[in-house]
Amino acid sequence: MNLLTLIVVLPLTGFLLNGLLGPRLGKSFVTVVGCGLPVLAFLATIRAFGQLDGAAGLALVESAYTWAVVGDFSFDIAFYFDRLSALMTLIVTGVGSLIHIYSTGYMKDDPSYARYFAYLNLFLFFMLLLVLGRSLLVCFVGWEGVGLASYLLIGFWFEDPAKAAAGKKAFITNRVGDAGFLLGMFLIYYALGTLDFDAVNAAFQGPVPPAVSASLVGVLLFIGATGKSAQIPLHVWLPDAMAGPTPVSALIHAATMVTAGIFMVARMSPLYELSDTALGFIMVIGAITALFMGFLGMVQNDIKRVVAYSTLSQLGYMTVALGASAYSVAVFHLMTHAFFKALLFLAAGSVIIAVHHNQDIRYMGGLKKYMPITWITSLIGSLALIGTPFLSGFYSKESIIEAVKISHLPAAHLAYWAVLIGVFVTAFYSFRMYFLVFHGKERFHQGHAHGNEDDVHHDAHHGGTPHETPWVITGPLLALALPSLAIGYMTIEPMLFGDFFGSAIYVADRHPVMHELNQEFHGAVAMGLHAITTLPFWLAAAGVGLSAFFYLRRPDIPAAIQKRFAFVYSMLINKYWFDELYSAIFASGARLLGGTLWRRGDQNIIDGLVVNGSAHLVERFSRLVKAFQSGYIYHYAFAMLIGVFALVTWFARLN
Amino acid sequence: MDRTQLLLWLSFALFSLGFVGVMIRRNALVMLMCMELMLNGVILSLVTFAERSAMLSGAVLVFLVFVVAAAEIAIAIPIVLLLARRRRTLDVGAWSELRG
Repeated sequence: MNLLTLIVVLPLTGFLLNGLLGPRLGKSFVTVVGCGLPVLAFLATIRAFGQLDGAAGLALVESAYTWAVVGDFSFDIAFYFDRLSALMTLIVTGVGSLIHIYSTGYMKDDPSYARYFAYLNLFLFFMLLLVLGRSLLVCFVGWEGVGLASYLLIGFWFEDPAKAAAGKKAFITNRVGDAGFLLGMFLIYYALGTLDFDAVNAAFQGPVPPAVSASLVGVLLFIGATGKSAQIPLHVWLPDAMAGPTPVSALIHAATMVTAGIFMVARMSPLYELSDTALGFIMVIGAITALFMGFLGMVQNDIKRVVAYSTLSQLGYMTVALGASAYSVAVFHLMTHAFFKALLFLAAGSVIIAVHHNQDIRYMGGLKKYMPITWITSLIGSLALIGTPFLSGFYSKESIIEAVKISHLPAAHLAYWAVLIGVFVTAFYSFRMYFLVFHGKERFHQGHAHGNEDDVHHDAHHGGTPHETPWVITGPLLALALPSLAIGYMTIEPMLFGDFFGSAIYVADRHPVMHELNQEFHGAVAMGLHAITTLPFWLAAAGVGLSAFFYLRRPDIPAAIQKRFAFVYSMLINKYWFDELYSAIFASGARLLGGTLWRRGDQNIIDGLVVNGSAHLVERFSRLVKAFQSGYIYHYAFAMLIGVFALVTWFARLN
Repeated sequence: MDRTQLLLWLSFALFSLGFVGVMIRRNALVMLMCMELMLNGVILSLVTFAERSAMLSGAVLVFLVFVVAAAEIAIAIPIVLLLARRRRTLDVGAWSELRG
């Protein structure tokens, strides 16, 4: 009965085998270990999930070993498997396995093939530690570990300084959030004397709330989540994280790691239920992220960056749902998003391979007829993302919008408009990318000529035509397309309104959002049919229509708008100058502080006073006593005799 | 002045002679000889006191000291000899290599 430990240890074994032996034992060994162990972990998860059903809604708890004992408190590496962590584990190992398989195709010519799979397995290990950990501490170890794996994989091609810098940026930005997470953890331990999720949640759910400000703890923990889940103002690292290999973007920066913050807040739902302040804070941050990051997606030309901003925006949606006390809706969207966003990323990767690693969507176009599978799966992903009725994204996003509409928090009204406009924005940028990549004129021969968009491709022989990618790449696309189509329809009823989560998620009676949502819900089919009369549907349709008009019929209009509203365009293309602001305040500030400490502290005090100072003191003293060492034997003899006299005199006086 | 006192005065005279010799002479051999004088002065006082207190151990110790002194001089004389060969002088003022 060590199934949970097994799930966690399998990817760790993969990491060790691939990291230590991989480069020697060759590619096929790395492939088998790197893909096989995650698949085994997935199968083990399914088995554990089956056992969970047998346990009648109770969580499986498994203790691996005792990490440390301090006084009468022991830190156990223990795993906690309830419906919430079960769902996360299924997503992590399931989507993770598909992305591992995809990676064997995407990375097949990379010289550091073994290192790549070692890192990918390491990530999976830490992510499983994060979602399965019984205590906040184990969760935090995983939390930091996925940060490390993310850093290693963003900077995977570290020979390129820009990519190495992107890795550092992700790592450092996450540290800011982690400081909040740590403080929140300290407060919880201070108040309750335990960090185990079950004990903490029971304490916050109890009749007497613990003697600690739930708002403060909630906001601090959420600051950790803003770092990991890339919410404003700590979102800056995620777009740059696209420097890593595309499967990494799909796995870490869309499907799993970035949802850790959402998972953590849902996990701590009893705490957040105590504080409207924390919930309101979460909702505002989420709403701002959902809307404003969506705007940025409208002007990006890098295919991966468009998807990255879309991810930011969708994470904002999940956060808004958390703020509205609709935790199960947030986790529901997390799940559907994991499928369709991983699909979109992998499809983007497929496109990138086909056009010879050019990522600029201005130099694609017309790929539909060359890569039919990538085309159809991308279309499914995009439709799911914008919330087309009956597709998975529709159910989760529609539920979020409804939940926000119902929510009674002061910020809910503002958040409602933000997510509503967000629907239009999402549809616009998704289909802008889709049309530019798969429809319209074939521009992929211009990419190498750099620039002239009016230039019709004379050099058709240059670079060759794109072709469909091999099955290891299209296979995962198809495997992800199915849940993107159907998982929302299939699971909305048990997950949101049934008893799927059981006691894993707690909603106080003060926040009856889910209850009211349930009253409006008359089955998944009715919800899909009803959509045609709702505002989000028409907003999404308008977004698709507008992007079709702009980018297929009249490409001159966006160009004209860009010229007309140059300031707005430059604001968007510069990402609201967040990077510039941070580098002006924090980076230069840190450099100034570092420079001061270096010159004053290190050079003057440490080097000057302590190190060189003590050396100078010794030297000066030595100069003084050096005078005694004349080298003449009679001087020494004289000194010795004086000494003997002194000793004898002293001895005589003593008696 | 009884015998013990006389011997102690003699011992003092020998020691002082040796001390002054070591202090004022520059000749390495003379300095060595003066050191022997100082040693013998001290040994004389040791024997005197041993006789006075009728203890044999003092007398036995003297033989040990003689052996040590003989060994010491057996090493010291070749050193002086080697030094003298290098500089063709016995003046210890010619040697100050250990100057700091």
